[in-house]
Amino acid sequence: MSTDATPPLLSVKDLVVDFKTRAGNARVLDHVSLDISAGKILGIVGESGCGKSMTALSIMGLVPNPPGRITSGSISLDGRELTGLDEETLCEIRGTEIGMIFQEPMTSLNPVFTVGEQIAESVRVHENAGKQAAMARAVEMLKAVDIPEPDIRARAYPHQLSGGMRQRVMIAMALACRPRLLIADEPTTALDATVQAQIFDLLQELQQDTGTAIVLITHDMGAIAELADDVAVMYAGSIVEKGPVGDVLSQPCHPYTQGLITCVPHLVPDPPLQREALREIPGMVPALTNLGAGCAFEPRCEKAFDQCTGAKPELIKVSASQLGACWALESDQR
Amino acid sequence: MSLTHTIAKRIGWGLLLLIGVLILNFTLISIAPGDIADSIAGDMGGADATVIEEIRERYGLNQPFYVQLWKYVSGVARLDLGFSYFYNTPVTQLILEKLPATLLLVFSSQILAIVLGTLLGVLAAKKPNGIVSLLVTFLSLFGFAAPVFWSGILLIIAFVSIFPLFPVGGMTDVTVEGGFFVQLLDLLHHLFLPMITLASIYLALYSRLARASMLEVLGADYIRTARAKGLPQRMVLYKHALKNALGPIVTVAGLQFSAVMSGAVVVETVFSWPGLGTLALQSILARDTPTIMGILFFSSFVVIVVNILTDITLRVIDPRIKAG
Repeated sequence: MSTDATPPLLSVKDLVVDFKTRAGNARVLDHVSLDISAGKILGIVGESGCGKSMTALSIMGLVPNPPGRITSGSISLDGRELTGLDEETLCEIRGTEIGMIFQEPMTSLNPVFTVGEQIAESVRVHENAGKQAAMARAVEMLKAVDIPEPDIRARAYPHQLSGGMRQRVMIAMALACRPRLLIADEPTTALDATVQAQIFDLLQELQQDTGTAIVLITHDMGAIAELADDVAVMYAGSIVEKGPVGDVLSQPCHPYTQGLITCVPHLVPDPPLQREALREIPGMVPALTNLGAGCAFEPRCEKAFDQCTGAKPELIKVSASQLGACWALESDQR
Repeated sequence: MSLTHTIAKRIGWGLLLLIGVLILNFTLISIAPGDIADSIAGDMGGADATVIEEIRERYGLNQPFYVQLWKYVSGVARLDLGFSYFYNTPVTQLILEKLPATLLLVFSSQILAIVLGTLLGVLAAKKPNGIVSLLVTFLSLFGFAAPVFWSGILLIIAFVSIFPLFPVGGMTDVTVEGGFFVQLLDLLHHLFLPMITLASIYLALYSRLARASMLEVLGADYIRTARAKGLPQRMVLYKHALKNALGPIVTVAGLQFSAVMSGAVVVETVFSWPGLGTLALQSILARDTPTIMGILFFSSFVVIVVNILTDITLRVIDPRIKAG
């Protein structure tokens, strides 16, 4: 994906995460590989339960253990291996190197502390800043995320702020120690449509100002098209397609990506004559405990054929920078 | 609503409640069977009808009910709780002599139970299947199942008879002489066993409650946020989680306070602790109604004050609470 020679900021290689459940072992991430370069935005899309959030939590070292654990693979940040680090070192990295914002700004802020305190606290912990200096940074960060009257808002409790404001506070908090990577896990899912656009604008603006790389997890294809440089499509714990956002959205090679794109409603149908009903992908994401030997998408795929049930397809190059994992692509190439 | 406004309102309601308690107590004791004049006469060794009539006259027992009630309530307003038939002392003075001992026992055992219980609960919640968690479960089963008179007596057998580490009862040892610290040490020495006994039930309650409350809070999104910020584990636990988990503990501690006061009666009796509980027991046995009513009044007063303090504490902990 990153075609330039500079090594990526974050590199995830063959990451496997397993969860022990009553129904058996669930492989929630199956050989996931991702690269993200400094200052870029990588979008990760897919249905609920496909492993997007688990990828984010793995990078943060926050996979709930038990029941989950990183079975194999590597995550390296600027050449430094993150898997297997002890908790203390991980605490150093979280916040200072990697920041994260979550889906639910309503419940992701601690209700019993002021937002200023919650932002200032990580500055105090990570930079050994004094109380006043940390609070000054908190106010500065609130200003940076376009919160009006930041010095007054810093003394507000989360319940006194609107949803959009809370998500801005979350962003301010994640960026307070100037991390090089920000993971945004569905940052707008719980917000109104107009506020969603504002938050995406803000993320883009901050990314351009600070050069922070962003992993944007979403199922909003529109946001991916607008913001992301690269995109990875996940299905049932695996990446089924990845590449530059322009290529993947205009010429999706995997049937699942094609399905996702046709699922997006258009206000003005394009082309205008194509006034058909909104399409959907039939079926549901399979249970991860009983995936067969074949392609996980095969039961829902319109283009499935004999080979699809036999073995899982590998990611192969379909162009210089675009990769897909589908048996149809392999047979095309031969 | 501002905090001072809330406090003023709470105090107003508290006063009304106290007056209600007074009227109810007085009425209940008046309609209870038995004649007070008779029992006073009985203590004097028996008396004929004219003497009993004199007693009625002296204590105003021959006046109509509402006059007696009014005299009593207006007396209480002047902090005069009447005169004890049994001790021949003003009730207010009697109670003020015994109250400090009871408050010392009740508050020390509650503070011990809340602090230690919360700490145990947090440690148990940290590892829900760990050894501390098991200990908390065992402790709460034992604490709930063992009545204080029994556990108190067991403690006396263990630490007074078999291993004579603690005094058998009372609050101070008259033979101990020395400065303030020596006296204090002696007091704490006497306090230890009754405090542990009274704390045991509540230690069980609070550790169980803290464990459940912490487990719930630890699953919250803001705990994940705190971890994602890179806060060390102890900050996540003792700052972010604990402050949220304290609400139920404070609420229950406030509600339980009246039960603690009545538990103190039993514990004081077992350890001959010279507090209100011992006084209450003796005055009930002696049918000393002014003292009984006085003690009931003071216990209600303490319970109401503690509940007001509970409300204030809850508001300080959680800014979302806007008490009406």
